[in-house]
Amino acid sequence: MTQGQTPTTQLMAVLPGDDPTTASRARPSSGGTGNLRRVILGALGVVGIAVFWELYKFLGPEKGWAIGTTIILPRTNDMSMPHVWTMFERLFQPLTGAANSKMMWEAVVDASAFSLYVAAVGWIIGVSVGFLLAVLMQRFRTAQSAVLPWVILSQTVPLIAIAPLVRRWGSQIEFGSFVWENWMSVALIASYLAFFPVSIGALQGLNSPETAHVELFRSYGVGWWKTLIRLRIPASIPYLIPALKLAAANAVIGTIVAEVSIGLKGGIGRTVIEFAGAAGGDPGKPWAPIFGAIAIGLIAAGIVSVFALFLRRFMRQETNS
Amino acid sequence: MTAIENRVPAAQASDTRNQTGETMTQPLTGERESQSTGGSDAVVVRDVGKIFTTKKGATVTALENIDLTVAAGEFVSLIGPSGCGKSTLMRLIADLDTPTSGTLTVFGKTAKQARLDQEYGIAFQQAGLLPWRTVRANIELPLELHGFSKAARTARSRELLLLVGLGDFADNYPDQLSGGMQQRVAIARSLAESPNLLLMDEPFGALDEMTREHMQAELAHICAETQAAVVFVTHSIPEAVFLADRVVVMSPRPGRIQAVVDVKLGAGERTDDLREDDQFFASVSEVREHLHGTHATGVRGVENR
Repeated sequence: MTQGQTPTTQLMAVLPGDDPTTASRARPSSGGTGNLRRVILGALGVVGIAVFWELYKFLGPEKGWAIGTTIILPRTNDMSMPHVWTMFERLFQPLTGAANSKMMWEAVVDASAFSLYVAAVGWIIGVSVGFLLAVLMQRFRTAQSAVLPWVILSQTVPLIAIAPLVRRWGSQIEFGSFVWENWMSVALIASYLAFFPVSIGALQGLNSPETAHVELFRSYGVGWWKTLIRLRIPASIPYLIPALKLAAANAVIGTIVAEVSIGLKGGIGRTVIEFAGAAGGDPGKPWAPIFGAIAIGLIAAGIVSVFALFLRRFMRQETNS
Repeated sequence: MTAIENRVPAAQASDTRNQTGETMTQPLTGERESQSTGGSDAVVVRDVGKIFTTKKGATVTALENIDLTVAAGEFVSLIGPSGCGKSTLMRLIADLDTPTSGTLTVFGKTAKQARLDQEYGIAFQQAGLLPWRTVRANIELPLELHGFSKAARTARSRELLLLVGLGDFADNYPDQLSGGMQQRVAIARSLAESPNLLLMDEPFGALDEMTREHMQAELAHICAETQAAVVFVTHSIPEAVFLADRVVVMSPRPGRIQAVVDVKLGAGERTDDLREDDQFFASVSEVREHLHGTHATGVRGVENR
């Protein structure tokens, strides 16, 4: 860049209170050490749970402890509480006794991938609908009064109640070669849970610009649409990112629960139910799909976090130093 | 020395306008252009009133019988205690509010048309920069919104960055700048489309005294260079006097124009030396007397004596 030293620049170059070093110092450094610390603390938390599990299994009463019929302390025998290593060992053993059986982990990965795909479809639908609802509510106050109560009310309907309904309605949809499949019902139910945090978070974010900013855009004589694109949507990002993470978690939960309610085969939800029956003879088996479900949740949240990295500049706040 | 040249016509315009002031009281419509001096006015406010209605139905008269003309290239400060309606008056000119009564024209157009035609640039007390945009992108915002080409935007933002002395900070984000620097970015942004009118609502209100005086000198310099008319809202008497050709003193409840003080600081560019000038102190005293209603008795500011 050319440093054309006009008289103006010279006049303005040396001013008190404008020392660039103080300005740059104002930003706290979030270096790699902070991230490493977080990773270590996170891993320690997981290890802590495993240690607590084993500790209780070692110290707790074999038959549990109950007052009357109310069990206060759970049983610690190997059937009820398998060792942590039993759970992991089971992952690397064949699924069944059959000769050509898949490995357990392969079965879990397949089921998890399927559920993750369904959850992702649900997430995308939910986020789109949620965001559009938020834009609508921002634009028209009457829409906000009319829609917002229903948005909140929608989340009080039990998932188990609507899952069979969605399935029945879906089975009646058929045009041309398109046939409604069960996994679509599951994705739809996942989106039903996912849209909620997005619509609420996005509405709050779209309404977050200060009056000064809104008036500035008004002074530029630009309409609602440009104000939305250049001001409201960028300003909504800090509110939107946590909402997207919540939506991802909700989509995963919605997928797993809907798989069970609808009876969709192939996903991790169904696998959890199927394998739970094996607890009597094969205590490690039910844990494998549970790890799968946890992994889906982490991957979903992780994808959103990576996505958020590209939006970092929108997380900046205007501050007066 | 463009500074001298463009101060003089402004002063002449305001003088002639004062002489013909009585003829301007007739309702202003399309025939403004035919008047000898009317065509050059940046802002014409005639008998404007503004009444706010609260939710409970109570009314507050913010402005009453406001008459004010700002000539092209003229710097007018609005000063008065809180609640005197000085900001409201500026917001009416900016078409951020609409007057309840009276007429208001900006360069011969309605306030709304003037806003849509981008006749003015505006700066508020808070810099109001978009935190996710770099300094350069913030300055280019109005140009971007109005469809200027990338090349034109880059050229203009480079000019303005040099003008406000932030050439090295083009790619910084607002949160990396001090308050004074942020406010300079806001001023550069208000100048982006080379408006003939600048509206400023206490732009230096949040700055410390040192930075503030420097910013005032800079603004005086920028105004001399751009030849824009300025309506400048402030509650600082020295600031109003230092910057303005005329200081409009307002009184509250209801907001009215109490007096208009002509500041005679000579035709040259305003520099910090003027702060020691006798004429500067005289004008400061005059404004203060008007602010306090009648001629102030008893204790007064020591610095004028």
